[in-house]
Amino acid sequence: MTRFENAFANGPALVCFITGGDGDTAANLDALVAGGADVIELGMPFTDPMADGPAIQEANLRSLAKGTRTSDIFRIAADFRQRHPQVPLVLMGYANPMTVRGPEWFAQECAKAGVDGVICVDIPSEEDASLGPALRDSGVSLIRLATPTTDAVRLPKVLEGSSGFLYYVSVAGITGMQQAAQGSIEDAVAQLKAASDIPVAVGFGVRTPEQAAAIARVADGVVVGSAFVDIVKQHGDAAPGPLQEYTATLAQAVHAAR
Amino acid sequence: MTAQPPANLAKNSWRTLPDETGHFGQFGGRYVAETLMPLILDLEKQYRAARHDPEFKAQLDDLLKTFVGRPSPLYPAPRLTEHFRGLAPAGKGPKIYFKREDLNHTGAHKINNCVGQILLAIRMGKTRIIAETGAGQHGVATATVAARFGLPCTIFMGAKDVERQKPNVFRMKLLGAEVRPVTSGAETLKDAMNEALRDWVANVHDTFYIIGTAAGPHPYPELVRDFQSVIGDETRVQMLEAEGRLPDMLVAAVGGGSNAIGMFHPFLDDPEVAMVGIEAAGHGIESGQHAASLTGGRPGILHGNKTYLLQDEDGQITEAHSISAGLDYPGLGPEHSWLHESGRVRYVPITDDEALEAFQLCCALEGIIPALESAHALAALPQLTAEMDADKVLVVNLSGRGDKDIFTVAEALGFDL
Repeated sequence: MTRFENAFANGPALVCFITGGDGDTAANLDALVAGGADVIELGMPFTDPMADGPAIQEANLRSLAKGTRTSDIFRIAADFRQRHPQVPLVLMGYANPMTVRGPEWFAQECAKAGVDGVICVDIPSEEDASLGPALRDSGVSLIRLATPTTDAVRLPKVLEGSSGFLYYVSVAGITGMQQAAQGSIEDAVAQLKAASDIPVAVGFGVRTPEQAAAIARVADGVVVGSAFVDIVKQHGDAAPGPLQEYTATLAQAVHAAR
Repeated sequence: MTAQPPANLAKNSWRTLPDETGHFGQFGGRYVAETLMPLILDLEKQYRAARHDPEFKAQLDDLLKTFVGRPSPLYPAPRLTEHFRGLAPAGKGPKIYFKREDLNHTGAHKINNCVGQILLAIRMGKTRIIAETGAGQHGVATATVAARFGLPCTIFMGAKDVERQKPNVFRMKLLGAEVRPVTSGAETLKDAMNEALRDWVANVHDTFYIIGTAAGPHPYPELVRDFQSVIGDETRVQMLEAEGRLPDMLVAAVGGGSNAIGMFHPFLDDPEVAMVGIEAAGHGIESGQHAASLTGGRPGILHGNKTYLLQDEDGQITEAHSISAGLDYPGLGPEHSWLHESGRVRYVPITDDEALEAFQLCCALEGIIPALESAHALAALPQLTAEMDADKVLVVNLSGRGDKDIFTVAEALGFDL
């Protein structure tokens, strides 16, 4: 079984995102795991995060202002893998930093660091050749996004070549803003699950245990990002404690739906 | 001398791209979030239909004539011609013409594209318009067509540019647009484009994004080029009328590159026509403070397309600098990247100081205040004219008028207004 299969094997999983290089990332990641995170998404900072709302935009810029380099992200990932051999780790970011040295280089670095999957916001299935083949050749999952505008005709294209899990972006919009109506999430997840063999995780705008629990009753996973990033911003180096606490309340809500 | 089209191009032509996936060789493409994909696929379909619809063409032609004021004149610039002949070696110094896009409504070529895109927006049933702007020229042109057709319009503009370009901000407001200052990043054009994309992704159902240059995800580079090609099409007719032949050289400034591609594209398959695109070299390429993506950048992916970008080795985008706000962007349209790599068009960097000098020369010798963008194209004339025989003909795309730039120029020259 892969780490992803393990993570989604026992009912809904909690997927936690923070931006790499913003705060004490190693300690923050440990806190997420200690709080009950089932999958970790590590954001690769980019100067122009055009799919992100203010919280993650600022986290990207804070990280870059501290001098975070791509090599730092891979070091954080490799160290995480040493400490947590079983927890799936996903890198999430934008096309340019991932492809600038060639997709093969990036895919091999991911494999070496023990990264299980990659989410690239601005490489849709139409541009798969820019990254997808290199990741698949290196045994790294390409995790695609489906959105409210992805219709039934497009969905097979989105799923083709993707693995690990499918990330359903529940609102047409940017990260950390409004949440979708529960009814629309339920309809969308039902359609996605009917068309897909891989787990479906739902994110964008999820902030409270109540929202997470409601989603966990219908989906295989719940993704939370901006809420964690806000905690990192607010508490700085003292973030691990509050992060673990908050993760625990979310994990309890998500896992109770099992 | 002229490069041959790459052998694998259909019909042995430079004018058949982008291919059906929106690529110009390795450049271009559709690097957007999944939320936007269905929308840009629909835009492409609707654009194809519109292009073959005689009614759409008639409507566009009528607006270009009665609202924009086309055709713009092809003007022989006698005193600049004499000036550069005097500086050139004996027998050198071509006849210089200006394509007068500065005489269009709103004072630049930008309106050609805005008129086309708003007709598309209406055709697609969209009820709200957004756009990004740097210096404010594209914002003014967009606000203008939005007012003309009664559609609400939001313009994203870097907070720093809002401060620097107050007259244009007021123009947009007069025209009924909401100007939203963008405070993220360096607060300039790149950040305005990020914010416009964020708005678009959240409002895909009713909003049309009028992109101002021949860049962004496919089909924007193609459709902006097509709407701007009226510049080159007119130039061909006017030059044949004036000189009985095609021009020997076309010169145009390249920021995103819409005025240049509009002038060049109709001539790409005429091997006798040489083309030079002028990039903004700011304080000089070696200073690191410039906006010359081809000379000083590398291929990368940003704002929906693959193209030459100013970036560091990790692929982080670096800030551009140019005295001309319209050229102050760390990338350029993908077709220029392709024309550069394939060798069909030559690209030359020009510094702030060179542009300022050309700006003053054009005012003094021709009685025309050029936009700082266009002044970059004029600033290449000393080197270009010195190499060309006196019986040759050269056309500069005078893409805009310089009234908007007088404060910037005054400051640079030490005048207190």
